[in-house]
Amino acid sequence: MHLVYPAVLAALLFCTGLYGVLARRNAILVLMSVELMLNAVNLNLVAFDVWLRDKLHAGQALTLFVIAIAAAEIGIGLAIVLLVYRARGTADVDRLRDLREDAPAEAREDAPVEAEKKAEAAA
Amino acid sequence: MTGTSTLAAQAHGFLSPTGVEVAFLLIGLVTLAAALLTVTTRQLVHAALWLVVALGGLAVEYLLLTAEFIAWVQVLIYVGSVVVLLLFGLMLTKAPIGRSPDADSGNRWPALVVAVAAAAALVWVVADAFRTTWIDLSGAVQGTTKVSGESLFRYWVLPFEALSVLLLAALVGAIVLSRMRRKKEGER
Repeated sequence: MHLVYPAVLAALLFCTGLYGVLARRNAILVLMSVELMLNAVNLNLVAFDVWLRDKLHAGQALTLFVIAIAAAEIGIGLAIVLLVYRARGTADVDRLRDLREDAPAEAREDAPVEAEKKAEAAA
Repeated sequence: MTGTSTLAAQAHGFLSPTGVEVAFLLIGLVTLAAALLTVTTRQLVHAALWLVVALGGLAVEYLLLTAEFIAWVQVLIYVGSVVVLLLFGLMLTKAPIGRSPDADSGNRWPALVVAVAAAAALVWVVADAFRTTWIDLSGAVQGTTKVSGESLFRYWVLPFEALSVLLLAALVGAIVLSRMRRKKEGER
């Protein structure tokens, strides 16, 4: 098989994930895009492992490690997203601006609304 | 060596793809389309379901690359558990079921520019670098469970064990993160 096919597919998948990470607003959709990027890297690892016929099978072993680390990452990431959602009533990455240097007035105005939302959710 | 490689290059051709290449190309198109729908659809649950299609297509690509064990691990862990976790996350954050107009943030066009530029650069470099490189799939299978298991437990035992410690730490971390909230609620 021509090596260009898997390599180009991996590059395109990676850039699709890149677009998703940059353009999505919901934190869980951002996590999905990260998974796409990791999978693109996995495809590259497998293709080059098969091409090089590595005796240690470093590519396939690293692919397994990346899959396991992605599973750990998604678990921790979702726990953090759920915690943020419970604390603020939203999972939009655009609205988490506490660490911004010049805190805009709108963010402060949003805060009571979100507290009400959270109270509704709790009720 | 160079003689054999040029002979091998002559034996292959761009205009006469093998059956494996055709299958790889078709499944790759499906995978890419599903990935594009995952990052562009406005229905959040549909994004997770398209992600299933993309990850399943990648599993088939692994099979075509003779990496059998990786393909089954991909199906088990990604399609089986990661997507289910993502769906649970969507449900627990009360994601809207229908179309949500604010799925994309305001920096959509800069993101598109960055992604297209990165894709063009990467595809150009990769295609230029591996224009005359072929994977030999006809020899001994590279990724059977036997071969993968032997290499994993002969050469990669220490990283493997370190990885299990990492998974344990992630498990404990996720539990701690979700218990912290309950303790705070109890204090109230």
